[in-house]
Amino acid sequence: MRHAARFMPASPADGPATAQWWVLGTALLLTIWLVSGPLAASTADHTKFKELEGPFATGQEVTEACLGCHTEAAAQLMQSPHWTWEYQDPVKGKPLGKKTMLNAFCIGHQSNEAFCAACHAGYGWEDDQFDFTAERNVDCLVCHSAEEYVKPFGLAGHPAYERTEYPPDSGKFYEPTDLVAAARSVGVSSREACGSCHFYGGGGDGVKHGDLDSSLVDPGRELDVHMASDGLNFSCAQCHETRDHKVPGSRLSMTASDAQGPIMRGRKDDRNPASCQACHGERPHSGDLLHAERLNNHAHILACQTCHIPTYARGGVPTRMAWDWSEATRMDGDGKPFMLRNEQGHLVYDSRKGSFVPKENVVPEYLWFDGSVDYIQPDAPVEPGQVFHVNRFRGTPGAEEARIWPVKKFSGRQPYDTEHRQLTVMQVAIPNDTSLWFNFDFTKAIEAGMAATGRPFSGEFDFVDTRMTWPITHMVAPAEDALACADCHRPGGRLDDVPGIWLPGRDSHPWVDGIGFGLAGLMLLGVAAHSGTRLVSRMRKRGAPHE
Amino acid sequence: MSKRIYLFTRFERFWHWSQAALILTLLFSGLAIHGTHSLLDFQTAVEVHEIAAWLLIGLWIFAIFWHFTTGQWKHYIPTLRNIDRMVRYYAYGIFIGANHPYHITVERKHNPLQRLAYLGVKLLINPLIWISGLIYLFWGSLKGFMPEFIGLQQVAVAHTLGAFLMLAFVIVHVYLTTTGHTPLEKIKVMITGWEKEHESAK
Repeated sequence: MRHAARFMPASPADGPATAQWWVLGTALLLTIWLVSGPLAASTADHTKFKELEGPFATGQEVTEACLGCHTEAAAQLMQSPHWTWEYQDPVKGKPLGKKTMLNAFCIGHQSNEAFCAACHAGYGWEDDQFDFTAERNVDCLVCHSAEEYVKPFGLAGHPAYERTEYPPDSGKFYEPTDLVAAARSVGVSSREACGSCHFYGGGGDGVKHGDLDSSLVDPGRELDVHMASDGLNFSCAQCHETRDHKVPGSRLSMTASDAQGPIMRGRKDDRNPASCQACHGERPHSGDLLHAERLNNHAHILACQTCHIPTYARGGVPTRMAWDWSEATRMDGDGKPFMLRNEQGHLVYDSRKGSFVPKENVVPEYLWFDGSVDYIQPDAPVEPGQVFHVNRFRGTPGAEEARIWPVKKFSGRQPYDTEHRQLTVMQVAIPNDTSLWFNFDFTKAIEAGMAATGRPFSGEFDFVDTRMTWPITHMVAPAEDALACADCHRPGGRLDDVPGIWLPGRDSHPWVDGIGFGLAGLMLLGVAAHSGTRLVSRMRKRGAPHE
Repeated sequence: MSKRIYLFTRFERFWHWSQAALILTLLFSGLAIHGTHSLLDFQTAVEVHEIAAWLLIGLWIFAIFWHFTTGQWKHYIPTLRNIDRMVRYYAYGIFIGANHPYHITVERKHNPLQRLAYLGVKLLINPLIWISGLIYLFWGSLKGFMPEFIGLQQVAVAHTLGAFLMLAFVIVHVYLTTTGHTPLEKIKVMITGWEKEHESAK
């Protein structure tokens, strides 16, 4: 079990009945991974390194051992968003990144650092005093360990070094992590390692992305033709080709179109290696005399993903399509928080979080996207009664650099300050007197959250409907499962609402059809009248006496 | 006693009937692509339409070559002479059993109305369909060379209009085949090539 531990009952880890299955399943997956061996052969066997014999009291001690040989590793990582959680908006120049950004799911990181930092590639981030310059705070193991290595929620990015009761007095315990075993197992990052955070965004398996969830640890070919364990078995880094700990292909600034051939080995350019075109080029279809050229021409308009990811959340893990925070804090008959699950066993209500809509095999929505995303700043004005868009994908219909992309559109309902008309951050996850999940008091939670952001809170709040758009780019299906022509080329097809294209089968000109069928109808009428008159006159002639 | 004249050579008849079959195929598959009916799924309709289109283009190249090498193109030189008698015949004479005003000979196979109609097909409808169709087919490569005001939509509209004009022609053309001495007489001529010479008004 190497994913960040899920403290929240929303995840399968917490229900007592499902916990055993979870452990069993994860152990099975781990076994498969260990049997199939490390992803790349290495010239170093880390089990033979004296430096890694331990004992290690803390993660930082392991990092120091790593840095003894990998002298530049920490300095490299500290330049990357995996460490900084900061990112410069390339269009607006404003700061983005997890550190300050708001989303429509778990809303925001500030005031919840000790909890959220379970997914920070570091040790000890629990408040704004965290030292971002200390190399020993870098967590090498979370990405590189192949052994059991858990960063439980609430421990500020540390694994449990001893048996730890969390939350205090809860009767729930985190088991200690074997740091020596973890350190001696290091290698290149596995899908499971990347997925331990990226599959669980939003507080649970598959919640945020829809195209990233734990089913991709050991996917079949029909789920992901590239990552299939019994097929190409790509790691994440096969596409997100990492150099100097910089991982390309962030959703914050995407490559929506890359109308070029494949990247040539050794050529120096700054193209994104994570695009489809980076390997397949811009004219990927071949062989089919009738259709290859036509499909290649479609690539001027469509992202590859549009046809080749027919649905997302295909691996048996639902993704969250809607989350209504205003429903939170309801109690059951005994005045206790409760949870509800649907027929499939997926969580649809949690007193701490509100109500959810989980969905599997979701048909994406489609829009023009040029790769740049307009993210709101936390103080963006909320118009009461109007839907608030946390982000928007930019893209002019028909523009050279834009393509029609599949996306997940998520609906949220979250608190905002009715006086200052801004979205609010809440403290939810820290076991104290102000966090929502422990005291079920929105006002206290917002007060604590906003205090951490430095923005004011009037004390008055209400809920606003929010929307958030996510790119769909993983779970690429085998070619034979790609969309067929008629999925779009018909009235009411997948691209029914997409502007800026003339779509045969969907589009027609009412007056052209009117004139055309009118003309044909007139001809038929004329023919009918003419032939009728011929018939009648012939019959009369026959009846008439011959002269 | 009427004598027989050999009006349509073997190639001309092959050209005519294969063209007829291809045009009907193209109309049927084209209307499926257009969304008018769903008797063919979109992909099949596109495949059928494209194959039939290439066959028709090939046939056309042969037919153009044939017209010019044999001098048969001269049958389409338009004339207004006696056209009023043709119109009067179809508007009135045909109902009272008048004789057809046109005397067919090997040198002038088509009456003035036919000349005009076929010339219209060859010079207006066909070029409209073919030019718009080829641009449509190669839109992905040609888009960059097109003037600003021509989008795929304009190309599609031109192609659809051409198809409707062709449909109208086909309806009238097929109907007029029934206006011989017997309803199937003209069809038989087009199949065998032999026309019976009838007496006609001078």
